[in-house]
Amino acid sequence: MPIITADLHPMSDNVIEVREVQKRYGTFTAVDGISFDVKRGELFGLLGPNGAGKTSTIRMIYGFSPLSGGSLRVFGHDITTGWRDVRARLGVCHQEDSLDEEMSVRDNLEIFAGFFGIPRNVARERANRLLEFFGLENKEKASVRELSGGMMRRLAIARALINEPDLLILDEPTTGLDPQTRHQLWEKLARLKKQGVTIILTTHYMEEAAQLCDRLIIVDHGKILVEGRPRDLVAQFVGKQIIESSPVCEGLRRFVTERALEHEDLGHRMLIYCKDDEDIYHEITKTYCQDNCILRMGTLEDVFLKLTGRELRE
Amino acid sequence: MSQSAPQLSWRLLRVWRRDWLVTRKSWLIGFMTPLLEPILYITSLGFGFRILIPEIQYEGHTLTYVVFMAPAIIATNIMYTAFMENSFSSFVRMYYQKTYDAIRATPLSVDEIIAGEIMWGATKSLMAATIMVTVLSLFGLVHYPTGLGLLPLAFLGGLLFGAIGMLFTAFVKSIDMFNLPIFLLITPMYLFSGTFFPLENLPDWAQSVAWALPLTHLVSLARNLCLGTISWMNILVSGGYLLAATALLVPLALRLMRRRLIK
Repeated sequence: MPIITADLHPMSDNVIEVREVQKRYGTFTAVDGISFDVKRGELFGLLGPNGAGKTSTIRMIYGFSPLSGGSLRVFGHDITTGWRDVRARLGVCHQEDSLDEEMSVRDNLEIFAGFFGIPRNVARERANRLLEFFGLENKEKASVRELSGGMMRRLAIARALINEPDLLILDEPTTGLDPQTRHQLWEKLARLKKQGVTIILTTHYMEEAAQLCDRLIIVDHGKILVEGRPRDLVAQFVGKQIIESSPVCEGLRRFVTERALEHEDLGHRMLIYCKDDEDIYHEITKTYCQDNCILRMGTLEDVFLKLTGRELRE
Repeated sequence: MSQSAPQLSWRLLRVWRRDWLVTRKSWLIGFMTPLLEPILYITSLGFGFRILIPEIQYEGHTLTYVVFMAPAIIATNIMYTAFMENSFSSFVRMYYQKTYDAIRATPLSVDEIIAGEIMWGATKSLMAATIMVTVLSLFGLVHYPTGLGLLPLAFLGGLLFGAIGMLFTAFVKSIDMFNLPIFLLITPMYLFSGTFFPLENLPDWAQSVAWALPLTHLVSLARNLCLGTISWMNILVSGGYLLAATALLVPLALRLMRRRLIK
């Protein structure tokens, strides 16, 4: 049974406290001394390219992987010694589906409840509610093999909620889902957040992170590059608006160099970070490329690519 | 999480329960094999070998071949059931279905998961043995009350062979690699552990090798329990061997699985 008052720092508002945490696999350092906090009730994003150390970090948070260095507290418990108490109060939805294919949808929920020691009648009642919440009532008797990708993911998240966790960990929950399912899932996450569940999420969809996350970090090569609220990060690193030109004429290249404008030249395409200075856009469109230039909103994806670079990973 | 001492508690029963609930769904298949296997063996060997081998000398007793052979069917089934469960089936749960990963997000340790799995393998051996003993009893091939001793023996043997299966699960890279221990260890044991013929027929050196193998002790105990010829010496030596091997290999399997899974 979860012990609500076990927190060693009752005054602390932090559900997760990560301090100088490292993870090494042999000689490879996956996580290289990162520190961050996740506050109660927050939806916190963990972004980064493939191999940045996201999953390694997530796995240390729920005591799946031991730390190579640093300290990590969840609900005030040191994860190395208090992992059982921590896990009793959190739910994890893995990147890879780990549902029991041999069992029905309902059994997946009820048998998983058994691992938490939840009594059968309580498990049954919670399964009813979760099946309804995720729109799986009509599939309760279906085997997992018969489910679509979207249904399987919904079931995986439902299963992660069977112990009514205070903290929900979602590792790429929307990868491979169609836009309809994705949006529906966002709405479910927003409702869970409203119910007071703290959520930590990794994703490759920047639009998703920008919409959902109260705060996020972008990691690369095992280190945190930035931390902040999505809107603040956009304003700070790329500005609210961006001028995008494709193709790029030589005149424009000279212009941005002369005016020392912050820009990124991708050869066939150029991004100019105009930092809310709309006059520059009018000047450019008047003089250089009338048709090839657009003024658009800066996005988290711009921030992400600017900070982590554009070369392919893995 | 990664401590070298096993982290075990009663929570391992939750893993056992999961396996039980899943297996219950396909109970018919699980029920049919131990039901039909002894009948097939007895009719085949009973009728087929009756002329070739009219009777057999075993530890001073004169037995028909079926009477000699019947306990070995139970013993080899105990071996196969637990070994298969904790090699192929456990590997599927670990590697393909990611069942262990899922459970590791709950308040269970890796030790509890693996111990629960081994205990489940032993339970399957026990269930299969119960059915087989019942069938063989109907043929009058089990002596009572000593025959009841086959049931705890099935559980103990199941723990041991489950642990052996799990040891290989801790190492294999792909599921095909289980054919290697089956070819090099399980099949030779099946053939040379006093199963189809008395060990006395083997040269001395081969007998010594056979007595080093766990199945020989399992067969010896099963046979003497079935025949009602069990002796304290037999219990002490073979029972002691099985207990000691189990006490050694179960913790070793836990340790190696911890090494494989905790990264």
